[in-house]
Amino acid sequence: MIEWGVWLDLARHGLAGAMMLAGACFMLIGSIGVLRLPDFYARIHAAGITDTLATIFLLGGMIVESGLTQTSAKLALVGMLLFLTSPTATHAVANAAHKAGLKPRLGTIAPPHPRDREDG
Amino acid sequence: MRYIGVRYIIALIIVLVTLWLVLSGYFNKPLLLWLGSASVIFTIILTIRMRIIDNESVPYFNLFRMVPYLVWLVVEIWKSTIIISATILRPDMVLTPRLIRVKTLPSSGFGRALFANSITLTPGTVSIDLDDDEVIVHTLLKEMTNRGDFAEMARRCAIAAGEKEPAF
Repeated sequence: MIEWGVWLDLARHGLAGAMMLAGACFMLIGSIGVLRLPDFYARIHAAGITDTLATIFLLGGMIVESGLTQTSAKLALVGMLLFLTSPTATHAVANAAHKAGLKPRLGTIAPPHPRDREDG
Repeated sequence: MRYIGVRYIIALIIVLVTLWLVLSGYFNKPLLLWLGSASVIFTIILTIRMRIIDNESVPYFNLFRMVPYLVWLVVEIWKSTIIISATILRPDMVLTPRLIRVKTLPSSGFGRALFANSITLTPGTVSIDLDDDEVIVHTLLKEMTNRGDFAEMARRCAIAAGEKEPAF
C-alpha cells in the first residue's frame, strides 16, 4: 500500500529545495555581475537580477516548503513588498546618479578576459 | 469640504483588515480581534481627518486585470534574466549599453508608475528619468532597445491600470 501523502511531501520538499537552489544560483550570478561589469549603470542591471528572479525563486521555494500556513501568507507579503520597493530604490539610485551628472559609458564595451587581468 | 471617495475608504478597510489578520493570525481571541478592528477604525478616521485619502495613497486596482499582467511580467523577467546571466558568465563578454527615450506611455499616473517600475524590474533595462512625455531608459545590450517591446509593455500596463483603449 502506497501512502500518497508521504510521496506528495517528498515532491514538495524536492521542489522547494530546487527553487531555493535556483534562487541562490541567480544571487551568485548577480554578485559576479556586480564585480565584473565596468561602470555604475551596468552594475545596476546585475543587481537587478538579485532583486527580481532570485527573490522570486527564494521566496517561492520557502512558500512551497511551508505549505498552506500563515507563514506562507507572510512570505507572500514580504515578496509583494520587495516587488514594490526594490525597483523604486533602483530607480532612485539611478536617477540620483543621472541628476548628479554621472555619464554612462555607451557604445561597445568589451571588459578584459578574467585570464588577462593582472590582479587575478 | 473636499469630496472623499467612498470606494477608496472601502479599499483601504479591506487592505488593513487583511493585513492585520495575515500578520497576527488570531481568529479566536475576541479581545485581540476587538483591538484589531479598533485600530483599523482609528486609522481610517485619521486618514479621513488628514484628507490624504485619494488616488495616490490608495492605488487600488482591478485584480482581474493586474494578475495576468504580473504573470506576463514574470515571464518577461525570466527571459531577460537568462540573456543577462549568459552575458555576465561569458569570459569574453561584449556589452552594448545605450540610453534611449521611450515616448509611448500610459496616460494615467498609476499606469506610468507601473510602466517605469516594470522597466526597472526587467533585468537589462533601468528607467533613469521620467518626464511628462518620455522615459529615459538605460539598456545593457542592444537586443533590448526594441521600440516594439516597450510599446507592448506600455500597452499592457495601460490595460492593467484600467485605462480604456490605449492610444498606440
